[in-house]
Amino acid sequence: MKSVHSMKRFFTRMFNSATTRAHDDRLKEEIEVHIALQTAENIRSGLSPVEARRQAILKFGGREAMKEDYRAERGLLFFDNFARDLRLAVRMLRKSPGFTAVAVVTLAMAIGANAVVFGVLNALILHPLHVPQAESLYGIQHGNDESSYQSYPDYLDLRDRNRSFDDIAAYDAAQVGLDAGEDPSRVWIFLASGNYFDVLRLQPFLGRFFHASDEHGPNSAPYIVLSYSYWHAHFQDDRGVVGRVVQVNKYPYTILGVAPPGFNGTLVFFNPGFFVPLVDQEQVEGVNDLNSRGKRFIFMTLGHLKPGVTKAQAIADLNSIGSYLEKTYPKDDDQRTFTLARPSLYGDYLGKPVRAFMTGLTLLSALILLAACANLGSLFGARAADRSREVALRLALGASRARILRQLFTEALLLSLMGGTLGLWGGFVLMGGLSAWQPFSRWPAQLPVNPDANVYGVALFLTLASGFLFGAFPVRQVLRTNPYEIIKASSRGMTGGRVTFRDLALIVQIAICALLVTSSIVAVRGLLRSLHSDLGFDSRNAILADTDLSMAGYSGTRVPQMQKRMIEAVTAIPGVESVGLIDSAPLVSGSVMGSPVFADATTDFRPSNAAADSVFFGVSPDYFHAARTALLAGRAFSWQDDENAPRVAVINQEFARRVFESPAKAMGKYFKRPDGTRLQVVGIVENGKYASLTEDPRPAMFLPFLQSPSGQTYLAVRSGRDAAQLSAAIRATMRNLDASLPVYMGPWNKELDTTLFGSRIAAITLGVMGVIGAMLSITGIFGMAAYSVSKRLRELGIRMALGAQRKEVLQAALGRALKLLGIGSAAGLLLGILASRVLSAIVYQATPRDPIVLAGVVVAMLLLGLVATWIPARRALAIDPAILMRED
Amino acid sequence: MKEKTDVPQGTLALMVLKTLDVLGSLHGYGIARRIEQISGDLLAVNQGTLYPVLLKLEQEGVIASEWGASENNRRARFYRLTREGRKQLQIETQDWQKTAALIGRFFAAKAEDLS
Repeated sequence: MKSVHSMKRFFTRMFNSATTRAHDDRLKEEIEVHIALQTAENIRSGLSPVEARRQAILKFGGREAMKEDYRAERGLLFFDNFARDLRLAVRMLRKSPGFTAVAVVTLAMAIGANAVVFGVLNALILHPLHVPQAESLYGIQHGNDESSYQSYPDYLDLRDRNRSFDDIAAYDAAQVGLDAGEDPSRVWIFLASGNYFDVLRLQPFLGRFFHASDEHGPNSAPYIVLSYSYWHAHFQDDRGVVGRVVQVNKYPYTILGVAPPGFNGTLVFFNPGFFVPLVDQEQVEGVNDLNSRGKRFIFMTLGHLKPGVTKAQAIADLNSIGSYLEKTYPKDDDQRTFTLARPSLYGDYLGKPVRAFMTGLTLLSALILLAACANLGSLFGARAADRSREVALRLALGASRARILRQLFTEALLLSLMGGTLGLWGGFVLMGGLSAWQPFSRWPAQLPVNPDANVYGVALFLTLASGFLFGAFPVRQVLRTNPYEIIKASSRGMTGGRVTFRDLALIVQIAICALLVTSSIVAVRGLLRSLHSDLGFDSRNAILADTDLSMAGYSGTRVPQMQKRMIEAVTAIPGVESVGLIDSAPLVSGSVMGSPVFADATTDFRPSNAAADSVFFGVSPDYFHAARTALLAGRAFSWQDDENAPRVAVINQEFARRVFESPAKAMGKYFKRPDGTRLQVVGIVENGKYASLTEDPRPAMFLPFLQSPSGQTYLAVRSGRDAAQLSAAIRATMRNLDASLPVYMGPWNKELDTTLFGSRIAAITLGVMGVIGAMLSITGIFGMAAYSVSKRLRELGIRMALGAQRKEVLQAALGRALKLLGIGSAAGLLLGILASRVLSAIVYQATPRDPIVLAGVVVAMLLLGLVATWIPARRALAIDPAILMRED
Repeated sequence: MKEKTDVPQGTLALMVLKTLDVLGSLHGYGIARRIEQISGDLLAVNQGTLYPVLLKLEQEGVIASEWGASENNRRARFYRLTREGRKQLQIETQDWQKTAALIGRFFAAKAEDLS
């Protein structure tokens, strides 16, 4: 009963708040009638009209107090006051546009950074795959390392023998040539097991998926399922594609359907254009490994755990299958232990570093927000101190402290909402850019960061929380305000000499800023250096054209024949200096092939007997010349080094050092490969970088491509000609040779993007964080300096009147802030030097022991101090003692 | 919020309800006057405190109001009990009587009665 009444009252009050005026009028009228009736009554009992009215008014009692009660009763006083507070807050903020701008921009950057980081976290880790019930979806990972490779027979055993999964799917990433009637193009795809879509519990957007029932042995299911985005981009949303026949590597394939929007395969970083049944491996990848237990070509296997089965139970189940496999196939399967991991980031392989990176980033951005709040809090506190007279006056006039605090909080929240809105808007722009960004030209890597309700929620929460946080700073001040004291004395409390919490917070901030500045300069320097470092080849003024002949139906001896014709044709293009062929361009193709090599005397080719592990490349005679790889001794290959000639190799210095002790001893010597082939060393080249920029020197051998055939073809074309013109000419030449050959082309420089990705991301992230950090330090130092100047105006004025020099005044006003800046910078620089060790794992040759880095940090921090103290310093110097003395 | 009325709010509200129950529709002054007559000096000062109470009761839905003409032919707000108000009054009257009886017994009790 009671609660029904209070509910009713609440809603009436809400409504009444909106209709203030009408109610005020009604009350006024009621009061008038009441007093008129009482007056009439009093006259009847014999009083004079004047006295009668006076008595009536007296009897009615305090009208204003009653009105206040009445209003409180009528509407939620809260709403009325809120509107009033809001108006006042807007007025206050307008009065100091500088403060408002600084506060809003600081908050916008901090909240925007948090929104973006959370958006990425959301897209990468929290909700990476757009599939139903993703929480029970696991990838099967090896127990002893962080990879997930399986062979097809092993996959079948895992799929059919386990009792823990609903079903298990498998996929491999591959590149195919697609001819859909127009320009043939190379497309990255997933070779997926027939049950792939059913395991993921997906429904097609259009047409149908392929199923396990479509598989009837090798190459039995010539079907394609397009991804939504590929369909959208390359088939222009044409619903008629279902049933169309296209050429995949020259084989006819039927388009069955289109996958649902948002689903881009089961790897976050890799968006395949379409899906082809795994049983078609031979047509897609050129080899049939479906029956080889030792060929672990399947990239990953994954499935949903059965309801009620725990992770540990499933792992035990898989391991028992593993030991069965070890026993049954000792030749191919050893150490078959398993563990489960989230499939979206290729298990722990990428998952671990990405999670670590994102955790670091999240912490850092939270720290930034906290620092922003601390700075704004102290600015706010300073403002509240400047307004202490106003506050005191309001208190003296009877305002409650709660009312004044509410006013301050309204101001803080208004600021934080403005900052939050701006930040979220900026965040959206950034997230849109991130979503559209394709960091690698060769990989379909894209990360759709679409802000969803979670992101909005977090941004709103952070906005409100930070508003309350920095709004809370002046609370103690207001609660302690004694109106009498302040108005009487206009006292200006001196900041004491002791180190306050505020000082410490500022030092920590400056240190973090200096750390970020140091790290970002180190990263940028490393990046620049890596572009000019000795890679073992020269990527400038060279174009890299690559194609895969197996995609255009070439095999056997037709492959080297075609490659020879390509080299000849491209060499004939005017302006081309030299053309080199290599089957896997270093630092470009992403993966390099490696194998153990053995000393000449070895006969037992067990991996433990290997002399070294070496990467190997098949190259054409002119490759070293075209790539500008220095030949240190011996000869390069010639066209005579073909399949009929003795096997030869060119090795790098590191290979010579490891296998033959020194380059001098290596020339003319022999070594063996795992299959027992004997190769003679005919030349030695300089060391280079092959898989990543940060790798240590590693052994490498180059083989004549005629003796080591491969359909993979990279042509390094060196020329002084304009890259765009040259590319067009090469494309035309290739088309003349074979119009159905999908060719990818670009400047070699640009092709290094993949390897530079890590250091680039590190440099950009650190740079952005560094800018935000600098911004925060500026507001922090500015706040402190401005506060101390305004607190000590009188003192400074007296000093000036007594003849103090400008230098002394500045020292008195800003000394403390600058001291903190010095301490913080030094600490940050030290931390930065320590942190560079971590950075050197990502960025090539990251070292802080570099005069430019040190000088850069010092200059940056000095600039920062200058910017931050400029305005307070001007204010301190502009003090006119005469005016100041008169004022109080 | 400070309590500004000299009469406890609940008591005043109950008096208003009872007055309206007995006399039917009344304007604010009428109610105040009636309470004054019955309770003596209780509402002799600060009659204004009546209006917030009237508003509260109206918002709870136990009384309703409408404009009408007063004795001196001015527009005045007339209050009357609603059906719900009548029920409420009954309940509160019973409660009140119970409470009063209980307190009465307590005050009447002497030390020897309790031994």
